[in-house]
Amino acid sequence: MSASAMIEKVKTFRHGIHPAEFKDYTKNLPIERIPFTNEYVLPLSQHLGGPSRAVVKPGDKVYRGQLIAEASGFVSATLHASVTGKVKAIESRNHPSGNLVKSIIIERDPYSPQTLHNERKIDWEKISPKEALREIQMGGFVGLGGAAFPTHVKLAVPPGKKARFFIINAAECEPYLTTDHRMMLEQADSMLLGIRISMKILGAEKAYIGIETNKPDAIEYLRQVIPSDMACEVAPVQTKYPQGAEKMLITAILKRDVPSGKLPIDAEVVVHNVGTLVGIGDLFKHGKPLIERVVTITGPGIHRPANLMIPLGMKLNQVLDYCGGLKENTRQLLFGGPMMGAPQSFLDVPIMKGTSGIVALTDKEVFPRKERACIRCSRCIDACPVFLNPSRLGSFARVKRYEEMMDFHLMDCIECASCSYVCPSSIPLVQRFRVAKGMLREKQARERAGKKS
Amino acid sequence: MKQKKPLLLLSTSPFLKQREDTTYIMWQVVYAMIPILVAAVYYFGISALLVTTACVAGTLLTEWVFTRDTIKDGSALITGILLALTLPPGIQLWMAFLGGVVSIALGKLIFGGIGYNIFNPALVGRAFVQSAFPVAITTWAPQSNLSDFFQVKGANFTFPFFKSNVDVVTTATPLAKMKFEGLTTHTMDLLIGNTAGSLGETCGIVILLAGLYLAFRKMLNWRIPVSIFGTVFIFSVILNLISPGVYPSSIFQIFSGGMMLGAVFMATDMVTSPITQKGCWIFGIGIGFLVVVIRLFGGLPEGVMYSILLMNGATPLINRMTQPKIYGAHK
Repeated sequence: MSASAMIEKVKTFRHGIHPAEFKDYTKNLPIERIPFTNEYVLPLSQHLGGPSRAVVKPGDKVYRGQLIAEASGFVSATLHASVTGKVKAIESRNHPSGNLVKSIIIERDPYSPQTLHNERKIDWEKISPKEALREIQMGGFVGLGGAAFPTHVKLAVPPGKKARFFIINAAECEPYLTTDHRMMLEQADSMLLGIRISMKILGAEKAYIGIETNKPDAIEYLRQVIPSDMACEVAPVQTKYPQGAEKMLITAILKRDVPSGKLPIDAEVVVHNVGTLVGIGDLFKHGKPLIERVVTITGPGIHRPANLMIPLGMKLNQVLDYCGGLKENTRQLLFGGPMMGAPQSFLDVPIMKGTSGIVALTDKEVFPRKERACIRCSRCIDACPVFLNPSRLGSFARVKRYEEMMDFHLMDCIECASCSYVCPSSIPLVQRFRVAKGMLREKQARERAGKKS
Repeated sequence: MKQKKPLLLLSTSPFLKQREDTTYIMWQVVYAMIPILVAAVYYFGISALLVTTACVAGTLLTEWVFTRDTIKDGSALITGILLALTLPPGIQLWMAFLGGVVSIALGKLIFGGIGYNIFNPALVGRAFVQSAFPVAITTWAPQSNLSDFFQVKGANFTFPFFKSNVDVVTTATPLAKMKFEGLTTHTMDLLIGNTAGSLGETCGIVILLAGLYLAFRKMLNWRIPVSIFGTVFIFSVILNLISPGVYPSSIFQIFSGGMMLGAVFMATDMVTSPITQKGCWIFGIGIGFLVVVIRLFGGLPEGVMYSILLMNGATPLINRMTQPKIYGAHK
C-alpha cells in the first residue's frame, strides 16, 4: 500500500493531544503468566454499579472459576474465585480507590493443580442471543479498558433502539500501556470469537476494530486473520490522545457524534474493549469466567517491565516483586495509564477487573509545578476533544462557582485530562472539574432525597 | 525479596505534562524580538539601545517593587521591549522609563497582574507617553545606518521635566508624509526599513519573519495577524476602487507605521486577545477596520495603537459571544 493511501485511510477526531507514547518498554514482550501466590483479595466492588453480594462464607472451599458473589442488580457484576483454595475471611481491605472495601479473601490450596472449575465449551451458534447474553452476565464481565462498566448492560440493547455498528476499541491511546496490543497479536482467535458472539447478541450489521497507527503489526496481522465471512473491518485511527475515548472513536470511525448527554447506543453504536472480547471468546471456548486479566507493568520505576496474565485479587507488591521490584527513586505508582489512572499508596491493594496497567514514574517524571494565572493562550480549547472551554470552566472552578459551570457544559466533560496536560500555567483543570462534578452530583442527590421525604 | 518502600506521592491524573510553560512561551517571544532590536540598533545606533534599556528598567523595576514572584517569567521584559519598539529613537529617556512604569503599574498590576489585565500593557504605556508628551513622541530622528553609531539621536539625555535645548535634525514618518503632504514612500524602503519611525516600525520584513517563527512554534495565533492584514488589504482595495488616487495603496497601508509590530506582537498578546478561534477572526477584522478608518478619516496619521486598545476592550464580549459549540450538541 502506498503511503498516500495509508494517510487517506487513517481516521480521527478533532482536537486532542500528542503525548510521548513510552510503549517501547513492553510492546514487544509476549504475555507471561505470573506464578500463583498464597493470598488473594477480591473486593466486592470492582466495577461500576452496585457492589456484588457474597455467596460464600469464611471456611468454604472454593474452586478456580466458581461463583463467589452474585450481582446485586442489573447494573452490577458477579464475581468468581480466581484460585482454588479456602475462603479465609470476608472483611474490609485496602482498595485501589483509597477506601477500605469489603473483600473476599481466598487462601490458595498449595496442592491444587488450579484447573478450571466446570470447564466446558459453549456452542454459541446453537443458543439464542438471550442465552448468550445470560452466559456473559454470569461470567462477571466488565469493560477491561479501565472503566469496568458491566459488559452485559452494554450488550443489552434497550427496546426501541438499534445497534447497527459494533466498534472494538483497540486504540489504546494511554501512554505506556500495551495490553490490547499484545492480546491482538497473541489472542486474536478468542477476540474474533468474542466479536462474532457480541454481533449476534446485538444484531449488528458491521464491526470495526479501531487501532491506532502506532500498532502497524496488529493492523496487518488482524487484516490477515479476519475470515472473509465476517462483517468485520480493521479501521486504522490516528495516534492521538484520547482516541480511545468511546465518543472520539465513534466519531473517528463512523463520522457521527453521540448526542450530548446520551449513550453510544443513541448513535446506533456499541463499543467494547479488546480485553473484554478476548474474555468473552475464552468464556465460550472453555467456560472461563472473568478471573484473570492481562496487565502491563511498566514505567521507568520498574526493573523488569512486562505484560502479565494476572489472576484477579493478586496483591500489587507481589506483582512488583515478580517484576524485580520498584526502583528507589519511584515517586508515583499508578493503576491505569498516566493520563487517567489512579495513584496508589498502599502496596497491598489487589489487581482488579479494571486494572489495565501498573505504571511506576520516578522523580525524573514527577515534579511539582506551581500554578500560575491563566494567560488565555487557548491551548486547552484547542485540545478539548468535546469542544468545551476549559479556561472558562477553570476560572469558575477556582472560586467554586459550580452552578455556573453547568451553563458551560461541565457535565459533557469526559475527564480525559488533555486540558491539564497542555496548560502552560499548570492549572489543575480536569482535577477541579472532577471535584465540581462530584459536588454537583452530591447536591442533586441531596435535592432528590429532600423531595422524597 | 525485601526492599525499602519508596516514598509514593498521591495526586490525581494526569501524571504527564507538556514541558512548555508560561515562562518558556514568554522567553520564546523575547528571543523572537531580538532580531527586531538588532535592526533598530542598526538603523538608529546607540539611541535605540538607550531607549530600550530605559523602558525595560521601568517595567522590571515596577514589577519587582510590587510583586516579586512573576519577575522571572519574562512578561515584564516583553512589555518593556515592546514599549521601546513603539517609541521614537530620540525620545527623552526619563519619558521612556516613566512609560515603562505606567505600562506595568496601570496596564497590568492594577488589574491583578499577569493574566488579569484587559489592555495590552505596552500599549497602555505608549498611550500614556503619547498623551503626556505629545511633542517628544512625534519628533522623529532620521536614520544613521551605522555611520554614526555613537551619536545620540535628539534629546535622549534631557533632565526630567526640563525643556530640551538640543537642536535635533528631524524628519517625517511615511504615514505623516502621506497624511499631511500626500507623499507615498517606496514599498522596498518600507520593507527593509529605510524610513523614519519608531524603533520597531521600520523594518517590516524582520518582524514578519519573527512572527512566522512564533506562529510556527504555536506561540502566537496566526489568525489574528492574518485577519488584520486581510481586512486592511481588502478595505484599502475597496476604497481605492471607489475613488482612485485619493487613498494610499493597500501595500503601503500594511507595511507602514506600527502595522507590522502591532499585528504580529501587540494584537497577538494572549492575555488581551480572544480565547476562541472564531473570536480571533472577529478581533483581527475589527482591528484592521479601525486602523484604516483612523488612518484615513481620523485626525492622527497612525491608528494601530488605539485600534488594538479598543478591540482589547471588546475582547471579553467577543469571548462571551463565541463560546465553542460542544461535541454532540443538540441541533
